Amino acid sequence: MPRPEWLAGRRTKEAQATDGAMWTKCPKCGEVLYRRDLAANLFVCTRCSYHFRMKAYDRIASIVDGEFTELGADVLPGDPLSWSDRRSYPAKLKSDRERSGLSESVVCGFASLGGRRIALGVMDFHFRGGTMGQVTGERITLLLEEARREHVPCIIFAASGGARMEEGMLALMQLAKTTAAVSRFMAEGNLYLVVLTDPTSGGVSASFAFQADVIVAESKAMIGFAGRRVIEQTIRQRLPDQFQTAEFLLEKGAIDMVVERADLKGTLVRLLEYAAHE
Amino acid sequence: MSNNLIVERERSLVELERRIAELREVSAAQPLDMSSEIAALEEKYQLILQELFGTLSPWEKVHMARHPNRPTSLDYIARFDRFDELHGDRHFRDDPSIVGGFGTLRARNVMVLGQQRGRDTKENLHRNFGMPAPEGYRKATRLARLASRLRLPIVTFVDTKGADPGISSEEHAQSEAIAICLQAFSTATVPIVATIVGEGGSGGALALAIADFVIMLEHSTYSVASPEGCAAILWSDASKAEEAAAHLKLTADDLHRFGIVDQILPEPLGGAHRNAGNVVTQTLDAVEAALSPLAALTPEMLLDQRYRKYRRLGEWQAEGLEPVRTAR
Repeated sequence: MPRPEWLAGRRTKEAQATDGAMWTKCPKCGEVLYRRDLAANLFVCTRCSYHFRMKAYDRIASIVDGEFTELGADVLPGDPLSWSDRRSYPAKLKSDRERSGLSESVVCGFASLGGRRIALGVMDFHFRGGTMGQVTGERITLLLEEARREHVPCIIFAASGGARMEEGMLALMQLAKTTAAVSRFMAEGNLYLVVLTDPTSGGVSASFAFQADVIVAESKAMIGFAGRRVIEQTIRQRLPDQFQTAEFLLEKGAIDMVVERADLKGTLVRLLEYAAHE
Repeated sequence: MSNNLIVERERSLVELERRIAELREVSAAQPLDMSSEIAALEEKYQLILQELFGTLSPWEKVHMARHPNRPTSLDYIARFDRFDELHGDRHFRDDPSIVGGFGTLRARNVMVLGQQRGRDTKENLHRNFGMPAPEGYRKATRLARLASRLRLPIVTFVDTKGADPGISSEEHAQSEAIAICLQAFSTATVPIVATIVGEGGSGGALALAIADFVIMLEHSTYSVASPEGCAAILWSDASKAEEAAAHLKLTADDLHRFGIVDQILPEPLGGAHRNAGNVVTQTLDAVEAALSPLAALTPEMLLDQRYRKYRRLGEWQAEGLEPVRTAR
């Protein structure tokens, strides 16, 4: 599944900008931001409103009311293909684990939002580009199965380059597995919300992300099936800047709404109220 | 010039085939006994055939799967008792890279769907090189739902490099079209038998391959991304596709071992196109054999069995690492 290679440069820049420093430079407007101010502003540039990519636990903290009980944290990745190219796959996993503080590309669990219990899954682009491997699919499936048992709404924040190459077809099969879990969950009158964040593409956008009842996207997020460079190579011309942005998808009718990060929690709380039956 | 390795390799056979035919002609026309020369040449021919195609690397299989003469979906569908093609997504247009419709296979009414590539440039332009647009997946979704309503089993033939990555496909929400097609197959209340007949490229292939029984031809390939795509993603260099093919575990044997493919169908030495008629017959036999026991299951049993089948995938775990939790 094509991953947006056009992100590589930006990712490097962002990694340099955010690693451990007290100050962070906005990659869009160049403003130097004090980390604590940036965190307090939900990782949105105070000058130009550029939305930095959020780490999974920062995101969870910005959304839930209080406690978050994690599910599936003990489900950990293996190396089904014994993959090794420039580095071995286990070595890649290890360095991503150290760099991101995560054991996989998604964190799942239960929490309360606006006083209502929800199932919450948050993907993190900082771990293997948010790619979906066996464990990503397994954790999301566990989340949806548990949410179905409890009959509570499920919200998933998507951020992904697609299926993970290093797990081959077992990664691709997670599209089928999560689809099956989403279908069972939705068939019983449960509300399924997805928030598309920067970037969401490939196998994740083409499976559980675009199966939601309501699809919200964060402002300016890049969302698509194929990566920008793949398309540019196919058609041999440069794409307009706004192509594949959240705003572009809204105009094309592919998503329900575009929301600024500051308004996200309030929006989700309101949406949940429509599906509450008390 | 062909950029297909297998086609290139077949050139050395063409010369030998010509010489054997020539000798046969000469031998028939003249009172000379050339049978020993002919036998010697034929023996050599078989040896070369064995040498060229006896064992194929993953990369060679990728080329075999893309061979211009390899039977395509329509070659299989042509051998159904009947086929009435249904067109269009009812919204925007008909996508010729997915064909579908009512069919009768060995006296059984079915819904048949397949990705369709072309054999030459003209056909390929018409079929978009077998890369479906959102409209194709929406047609497939529509027909899968219709099949459920009419209690028709679904038979699919998978053969695509992947879903179309163009501007209009993005504008028409390719992601959503594939996502919903996956859901339609996942929830279809009738038996589904999928056969990977050529190249199974990524989510664009999987959209027609969620099935109760998956058959794969010996030299077909099925992978998370095309080798070129994988090389571009990992190393920003599509020319390293051969290396990617070696890593991806995309052969029928690999996928059978992972439990993703249920049955492998052998191909003649040199590939399916060397005896296409036989391959098509054997494939349709296998599809029919897979459908029969599934037809006895109730919709609830089918759905439950399909859920558990895909629920299990991804349990595989390397030794010495923490176990992935298994399905409940």
